[in-house]
Amino acid sequence: MTAGELAVDGLTLTAGARRLVRDVSLTAHPGEVIGLVGPNGSGKSSLLRAVYRVLRPAEGRVRLDGADAWSLPVRQLARSVAAVVQESGTDFDLSVREVVAMGRTPHKRLLSGDTAEDARLIEEALATVHVSELAGRPFDRLSGGERQRVLIARALAQRPSLLVLDEPTNHLDIRHQLDVLGALRRLPATVLVALHDLNLAAYYCDRLYVLRDGEVTASGPPAEVLTPRLLAEVYGVASEVAVHPLTGAPQVTFLPGDTGHGRSRDGEDRSAVRTPGAARAGD
Amino acid sequence: MTSPATDTPLDPAARHQPFDAGRQGPGTPTAALVILTVLLLASVTAGLAIGSVHVPPGQVWGIVTHAVGADPSEPDWSRARETIVLDVRAPRVLLGAVTGAGLAVVGTAMQALIRNPLAEPYLLGVSSGASLGAVTVIVFGVTLFGPVSLSVAAFAGALGALILVYATARTGGRITSVRLVLSGVAIAAVLTAVLDLLLLTTDRGNEARAVLAWTLGGLGGVSWGTLWLPSTALLVGIAVLLLHARNLNLLLAGEEAATTMGLDVARFRARMFVLLSLVTGVLVAAAGPIGFVGLMVPHTVRLFVGGDHRRVLPTAALGGAVFLVWADIAARTVAAPMEIPVGVLTALCGGPFFLWLMRRDARRAAGEGVA
Repeated sequence: MTAGELAVDGLTLTAGARRLVRDVSLTAHPGEVIGLVGPNGSGKSSLLRAVYRVLRPAEGRVRLDGADAWSLPVRQLARSVAAVVQESGTDFDLSVREVVAMGRTPHKRLLSGDTAEDARLIEEALATVHVSELAGRPFDRLSGGERQRVLIARALAQRPSLLVLDEPTNHLDIRHQLDVLGALRRLPATVLVALHDLNLAAYYCDRLYVLRDGEVTASGPPAEVLTPRLLAEVYGVASEVAVHPLTGAPQVTFLPGDTGHGRSRDGEDRSAVRTPGAARAGD
Repeated sequence: MTSPATDTPLDPAARHQPFDAGRQGPGTPTAALVILTVLLLASVTAGLAIGSVHVPPGQVWGIVTHAVGADPSEPDWSRARETIVLDVRAPRVLLGAVTGAGLAVVGTAMQALIRNPLAEPYLLGVSSGASLGAVTVIVFGVTLFGPVSLSVAAFAGALGALILVYATARTGGRITSVRLVLSGVAIAAVLTAVLDLLLLTTDRGNEARAVLAWTLGGLGGVSWGTLWLPSTALLVGIAVLLLHARNLNLLLAGEEAATTMGLDVARFRARMFVLLSLVTGVLVAAAGPIGFVGLMVPHTVRLFVGGDHRRVLPTAALGGAVFLVWADIAARTVAAPMEIPVGVLTALCGGPFFLWLMRRDARRAAGEGVA
């Protein structure tokens, strides 16, 4: 088991002539939860794909505990790095438990069977994301949210020191969003997670990296990163950021208006309006 | 395999019901293997017994056990019957079992590797590629590799066709059923046309007729001397696939996910393509292109044992063997004394099955919605 220290240096990713990510550097220390936020198409998924070794960097390096992730054998890396990706699989009548059991594969030799230890880790992973009661159900009959939780359980069964997740809270209702992110927080592993919801990111992440057009525009603790000025620049929306009295985390409230300069549809200038009732949360 | 409890999540008694008692326990897969083995023995016996000369099953067993030296008692059957059972029917029945098992495991693996439930050597034109390779050897009389020339050429043809179909059907890392089937049909059509052209223009008229019959798929005319190659190919194929059963499972999760779980997908797929082409090529060289076995058997088997390849592969092998032995019995008897090519019969069952599978997948895709 490795420590889970991730270091991305000067990473540039391309798809043909198109540049997806440019000169991105990022670190995640053991046990940290690092959030990746940014608009659609800002390069979050591409960056994650380079970390879980699917998209080969054009320039720069991805290192895990000092070792170049791209020079390790795929199987060896899979013992330390697990991922929840956005791709969907094929329907082939696997049960939920069988899907989660796949996570044990990098730890198995070609012919070795499943041990009691494997079974224990699988049950533990199922329980962590509250899907134990689904264990015998066919995976392809689950709802989107149930599937998502099972895929997270599969990554947990892999026992990674670094867990990479691409928008894991998609398809989840609010209760399960909180459950899943809470479970990620309690993991001993380092977590790198792309999130859409800035308030969840602010509450659950130790540090955030904000991506825009494939470059890091800001990074640091949520309270330092999430400012109305940055959000206007990156997302083009007006917002107010306050410290939430109960959670102590920054709380972003978006203000209606489509120009990003605090101007509502009827043209009235509302950038000065701070009445909570006039604002609507969302992303 | 859905428990009825699935639909009543609010019933407290149902919640504690072990949904997976059947599938997870060691009972089901083992039971399936035992049942299929018994079924296979019965089918082989039937294959040896049924025909223009009917030999009672008891006598079949007598002849077989006597032949292997397990039964020293004096035979009470005629020499002719012994010849019919041992030299005429036995190789044919065994080739049927070997071919059925081989096509079923090849189909199983192909569905995982191409990540599409409709993948099957015949539908994808892989069998046509193998046929073309074999026919080229026959028509031009090439014997570069001695007695296995036919199989080597069939292997090369199968591999070429598989790579071609895969490359044409793949867009953006994913293969849709429509593109896959269309590429398969188109490539099979071209290969078959070339094959027909070769046969029509060759000056070896008699051989052409024999080959034409062979391209419909048939198990007739096999002897003990030619059985070893398909049998070896089958055993090697099953052994290697079983060794990689976990990796085949990973591919069900998707290519990226499989990579994150430690599988070098491109390399694995390339190796498996070579293996599957080898098995398909050898089987086609021996029995002609027999369609739909690789489609019907794996999907039927999955209904009973689930999708884990560690269970699907052995059960599909046995199921495929049973299926083709019976298909051949039917081919020999339904229009006796005329013989129907067994490939015609499997296509008769396989076509409707294919349509059912397509509709089922469409329904599932429509039902997914949110995912």
